[in-house]
Amino acid sequence: MLDLTWLLIAVPLASSLVLILLGKRADAWGHWMGLAASTAAFVVGAGAFLQMLGLDAESREHAVHLFTWISGGELTVDAGLLVDPLSITFVLLVTFVGTLIHLYSVGYMEHDPRRRIFFAYLNLFVAAMLLLVLADSYLLLFVGWEGVGLASYLLIGFWNHKPEYATAANKAFVVNRVGDVGLIVAMGLMFAAFGSLSFETVFAHVGDVSTGQLTAIGLALLVAATGKSAQFPLQSWLGDAMAGPTPVSALIHAATMVTAGVYLIVRSAAIFDLTETARLVVAAVGAITLLMGAIIGMAKDDIKKALAASTMSQIGYMMLAAGLGPIGYAFAIFHLLTHGFFKAGMFLGAGSVMHGMNDQVDMRRFGALRTAMVVTWVTFGLGWLAILGVPPFSGFWSKDKIIESAFVGEGWQPWVFGLAALIGAGLTAYYMSRLFFMTFHGKARWTDDAHPHESPWTMTVPMIVLSVGSGLLGWFLATGDRFTTWLEPVTGHAEHHEPVLAVPVIMALTLVLVAIGAGLAWFQYGRAEVPTTAPAPSLGTMVARNDFYQDSVNRAVFQRPGTHATRTLVYADAALVDGAVNGTGSGLLKLGEFLRRFQSGQVRSYAALILIAVAGLIAAVVLGVL
Amino acid sequence: MNPIAFVYLATVLFGIGAAAVLLRRNAIIAFMGVELMLNAANLALVAFSRIHGEIDGQVMAFFVMVVAAAEVVVGLAIIIALFRARQTISLDEPAELKG
Repeated sequence: MLDLTWLLIAVPLASSLVLILLGKRADAWGHWMGLAASTAAFVVGAGAFLQMLGLDAESREHAVHLFTWISGGELTVDAGLLVDPLSITFVLLVTFVGTLIHLYSVGYMEHDPRRRIFFAYLNLFVAAMLLLVLADSYLLLFVGWEGVGLASYLLIGFWNHKPEYATAANKAFVVNRVGDVGLIVAMGLMFAAFGSLSFETVFAHVGDVSTGQLTAIGLALLVAATGKSAQFPLQSWLGDAMAGPTPVSALIHAATMVTAGVYLIVRSAAIFDLTETARLVVAAVGAITLLMGAIIGMAKDDIKKALAASTMSQIGYMMLAAGLGPIGYAFAIFHLLTHGFFKAGMFLGAGSVMHGMNDQVDMRRFGALRTAMVVTWVTFGLGWLAILGVPPFSGFWSKDKIIESAFVGEGWQPWVFGLAALIGAGLTAYYMSRLFFMTFHGKARWTDDAHPHESPWTMTVPMIVLSVGSGLLGWFLATGDRFTTWLEPVTGHAEHHEPVLAVPVIMALTLVLVAIGAGLAWFQYGRAEVPTTAPAPSLGTMVARNDFYQDSVNRAVFQRPGTHATRTLVYADAALVDGAVNGTGSGLLKLGEFLRRFQSGQVRSYAALILIAVAGLIAAVVLGVL
Repeated sequence: MNPIAFVYLATVLFGIGAAAVLLRRNAIIAFMGVELMLNAANLALVAFSRIHGEIDGQVMAFFVMVVAAAEVVVGLAIIIALFRARQTISLDEPAELKG
C-alpha cells in the first residue's frame, strides 16, 4: 500500500480531468464520481497509514520513486514521494475532511448548474494538496503549492459572474504569488548551498552551511508560508476569499490549503533548528497574526469573514508553535489537525445556516436558529467548544499545549509569546461566542423572506462526523502522547522543558480568560438585544472591521508606488528605448526619401549622373586622392 | 604627326558624343552619341597603343568594336520595342522607374 501512494494523486487528478473533458455528458453523475475519487484517495491513504502503524518508528519513512523528472548532464532531478508520519497525517486530514466536504457539496451545490465543474476543481485541489504534502523535494512540493493556489483561485472565483468575487479571486492569486516568490528564492538559495532540492540531501547537509545562509533560507520559506497561510503581512486575501462557495472555505481556506505554510515550516524543521533568528521571526509572525486575527474576528458581522479571521488567528497559533522549535513542531501539527476538524465543521455549519437563510451572511439577521436547525446548532456548538479550548474537547488538548510551550524559554520571549497566546485564547473565546450566540441564540432577527430549515442529509452527515472529531480527536490523540510520539521520527525528540509559569497556573489562567470572554459575549450578544444594523462603531471596532486597514496600507505602500514605478518605466521605455528604435527607423526613412529623388526615371539624368561620377573618379585618380 | 593630337581629337569626339546623349531627347540621336563615345574611346586606345609602342590598345579596340556591334543590335531592338509600345522614341517619355 505504501508503494501505491501515487494513486492518491493520480485518482483525483484523473477524475478532475475526466469531469472537465466530458463536459455536459457528465452533469448527471459527475458529482458522485468526484466523491468516489476522493473516497478512493482516502481508502489508499488509510491503507498506507495502517501499514505504517505496523512498522517500527525508525522504518516509517518510505520513499517512493516515481520517475526521473529532469535529466541533464550532472544534474538529475527525480520526482518521488516521501511517505512518513507527517505526510501521512496530512494525507489522512486532506482525504478524510475532503471526502466529507465532497459529500456536503453534493447537497450544497445541488441547484448550481455548474456543479460538475465545481467537483472537477475540488478533485484538482485534492490532487494538488496531496502532491504538496507527499513530495520528496522542494521542487515537487512547489508544483503542488502552485496547484493548490490555482485550485483556490478557481474556486474563490467560482461565481465569477459577480465582479467582486472575481476580484477576490484575483486578489488571492496575486497575494499568493508574492509568497511564492519567497519559495522560489528559498529554492534558489538552497540550490546554491546544497546543489539539490530534495529533502534528503538538504536536511543531511544543513550542518555544512553557515548560519547566515540558513537564516536567509528560513526567512524566504517564512515569506512563502505567510502568503499561503494568510499570515501577517500577507493576510489580506483570506477575508475576501470567503467569496467562494462555503465548502471551499471549509476545505481550502480553513482545514487544508491555508495550513500548507505550517507544513512547510515543520517539514523544514532541520533548517529552522539551526537558525534561531528565523525561528524567532516565525514565532513573532505567528503571535502578531493570532492577535490580529482575533481582534478582526471580534468586529466582523459577516459570519464567514468572522470565521476567516478566526482561521487566521488559529494558524497564527500554529506558526507560533512552529517558531518555538522542536518543542512546538508536533503541537503545531496537532493543532492543525484538530483545527482542521472543528473549523471545517463550523464552516460547514455556517454554510448550512446560509443554505437555510437564502444565503444571508449577516449575523445581525440570524438569531434563535437553534430551534430551526437542531443538527447544525449541536454540531456547530461542538466546534465552538473545541475552538474555545474547553476541556475535554479537541481544541483544549492542542491549544493548551501551544500556550504552555510558548511560556517555555529564557529572557523576554516566553513572556511575550506566552502572554500573546494567552490573551489570544481570551479573545478567541469572545469572538467565537459572539458568533455563536448571535447566530443561534437570542431573538430571531430574520429578514421577511427567510424560512430557516435543516439541510439535507448529505450536508448534515459530514457536519456530524466532523463534530465528533471536534469533540474527541484531541483527547484521543493526546492520551499517552500518541500524536507527539507518532510524529517523533520527523520532528525529532523534544526534551521536556518547564515553562516559566507552572503548568496548572497557565491552564487555570487560560480557562479563566476563556470564561470571561465567553461570558462577556453572552451578556452582549446572547442575553441582550442585538440591533439589526451595526451601531456606530468605536475607533477600535472601526479599525478591526476594516482589517487594520490592511488593504489601504497595501494600496499606499505597494500598489500606488508600484503603479507609479510601472508608469515611469513605461514612459522611459517609450521615450528612450522605443525612441532609439523608432528614431533609427524614421532616420532611415528620411534618408530613403532623400535618395529617392535621384531615382527620377529619366534616362538622361541617369546618364548625366554616371558621367559626372566617372569624371569625378577619374579626377580623383589623377589628382592622387584615392 | 604627333600621336597626342589623336588623343585630343578623341576627347573632343567623346565630348560631342556625351553631349548628344545628355542633351537630345531622340533615342536614335542619343544612340548615335553612344556610338560616337565608343569610337572616341577606340581612337584613344589606338593612339595610346601607338604612343607606348605596344599592341594591347589595338587589340582592345577590336574588342570594343565587337561589343559595340552587339550593343547596336540590342539597342536598336529596344528602340523599336519602345516605339511599338508608345508610338514615340523620346527618351523623356518612359519614366515608369521613377521612385
